[in-house]
Amino acid sequence: MAKSIDVSDVNIYYGDFLAVQGVNMSIRAGAVTAFIGPSGCGKSTFLRSLNRMHEVIPGARVEGKIVVDGQDLYGPGIDPVAVRRTVGMVFQRPNPFPTMSIYDNVLAGSRLNAKKIKKADADEIVERSLRGANLWQEVKDRLGKPGMGLSGGQQQRLCIARAIAVQPEILLMDEPCSALDPISTSAVEDLIHQLKDDYTIVIVTHNMQQAARVSDDTGFFNLKATGEPGHLVEFNPTKKMFANPDDPATEAYISGRFG
Amino acid sequence: MSTIEPQTVPEGPPTPSDETPESQPVTGWGDRIFSSAAFGAGLLILLVLAAVFVFLAVQGAPGTHQAASVYGPYATNFWSYAGKLLFGTALAAVLAMLIAVPFALGLALFISHYAPRRLAVPVAYVIDLLAAVPSVVFGLWGGRALTHASLPVQHWLNQHLGWFPLFGGTPSSTGHTVFIAAVVLSIMVIPITTAIAREVFQQTPKLLEEAALGLGATRWEMIKYAVLPHSRSGVVAGAMLGLGRALGETMAVAMVLNGNPLVSIRILTTDSPATIASNIANEYKNEDPHMQSVLIATGLVLFVFTFLVNFAARTIVTRAERRLA
Repeated sequence: MAKSIDVSDVNIYYGDFLAVQGVNMSIRAGAVTAFIGPSGCGKSTFLRSLNRMHEVIPGARVEGKIVVDGQDLYGPGIDPVAVRRTVGMVFQRPNPFPTMSIYDNVLAGSRLNAKKIKKADADEIVERSLRGANLWQEVKDRLGKPGMGLSGGQQQRLCIARAIAVQPEILLMDEPCSALDPISTSAVEDLIHQLKDDYTIVIVTHNMQQAARVSDDTGFFNLKATGEPGHLVEFNPTKKMFANPDDPATEAYISGRFG
Repeated sequence: MSTIEPQTVPEGPPTPSDETPESQPVTGWGDRIFSSAAFGAGLLILLVLAAVFVFLAVQGAPGTHQAASVYGPYATNFWSYAGKLLFGTALAAVLAMLIAVPFALGLALFISHYAPRRLAVPVAYVIDLLAAVPSVVFGLWGGRALTHASLPVQHWLNQHLGWFPLFGGTPSSTGHTVFIAAVVLSIMVIPITTAIAREVFQQTPKLLEEAALGLGATRWEMIKYAVLPHSRSGVVAGAMLGLGRALGETMAVAMVLNGNPLVSIRILTTDSPATIASNIANEYKNEDPHMQSVLIATGLVLFVFTFLVNFAARTIVTRAERRLA
């Protein structure tokens, strides 16, 4: 089930360093939301705070509220491990587990959640996830082969299959195409279109055409000045953002006048 | 403190192509000195190894066919004598590894993934220091303190787990047993195995750790999915270095154990199988040239055995690596 995310007054720190300040936004369920902005503006950092991956870095912490399905992800007694099981993540570079086969890679998350899976159920999960990631036709005859043997684009779709195998409510993607060639990129973008029927998708991208192509809403992050924290400048439907943005800084960035 | 400044790089193309023909690599004095030093060092190691082997073979050859009395009272010919010592060596080493490897891996994981930094650094430092303690000191401690202090433990093991062959028989009243020798050996193995395991654990790519965490893995599950598979060959290499130390350790075992060339797996009794190295240390005072040649021949057996063990371990590791590629 796709879920919406309500973010209010979020500050994100690395130790004492305030990296992202005062973010408020509502991410719609079953839509694709893209974050754009110059390097170092905190969009990836913010994305990683949505499934509590930010705090994996020593000293990193988050203030404020991120509410999914009426529950604050940073509330007391919330287990970050449980959060990450409902909010899946795809990373910048494809990272299948190198010692596992394609089959085992897809099942990696399911095996964490349920100790024992019946063979028939496992087969079903693998086929459903690989079909969901548009990879089934390409790998169905070599499921036992190592995941590292696939091309970069296939590996990234394998990682997407691995993420959706556990049927998360939200799928976060951190520049999922930045290490891929144009054909693989287009395959992943097509996939994002299909996935939004079932998942809320949040994607960080450096490529504004990509944001325009795949997303329904767009958030523009920027630094106030060098050394200052990043912040959310504007959050609007993608169509409006690219045609008639509210903020002059957004327009300058989108039209390529800076950044 | 010096900082490298880009300005110090000379201007212009560093190697004008018209001066150095393409077929000839650019070499300076530094290159030549370094390459000959590296080559010389490599050659020297091989020569030393060969020289040791030749020494052991030539001096030890007469030791393989002495009168039966030289090998007595526990054996009548060289092969049974050396075989029994080899058994003792392997027994002590295997027991030491059984104790040391789980400990070392746990410690290494603690330092690399569990402990907060301000605890991890001193713990790692202390363990490295442990490697610098001379084996004689461990021998003194093991032989004088640990043997007595551990008597209740040894008796408890004998009483409650005596049905298990390893702990059966009549327990030693002094505590000078293979059990304690193995414990002392394991303490000597832990630092090196820990250091190497810690090193490879810390080199696990962040990308893989995050892949596991992002799926909702707990810390232990992340270690199981990302850290351990990535570190497998390094851990085996670390264990092998530790095993090498356990097989060859002389003084600590000689000072703990009153061993004899015999075969017994009852590690709490006084029937203690000696190891090759400790046997050489104990018997070397014996001026009899016949005995000396026998000891040198057993040294050759240890040399070959250690070599084979290392070779086997490396083969296993490379085969495992190739299967993944």
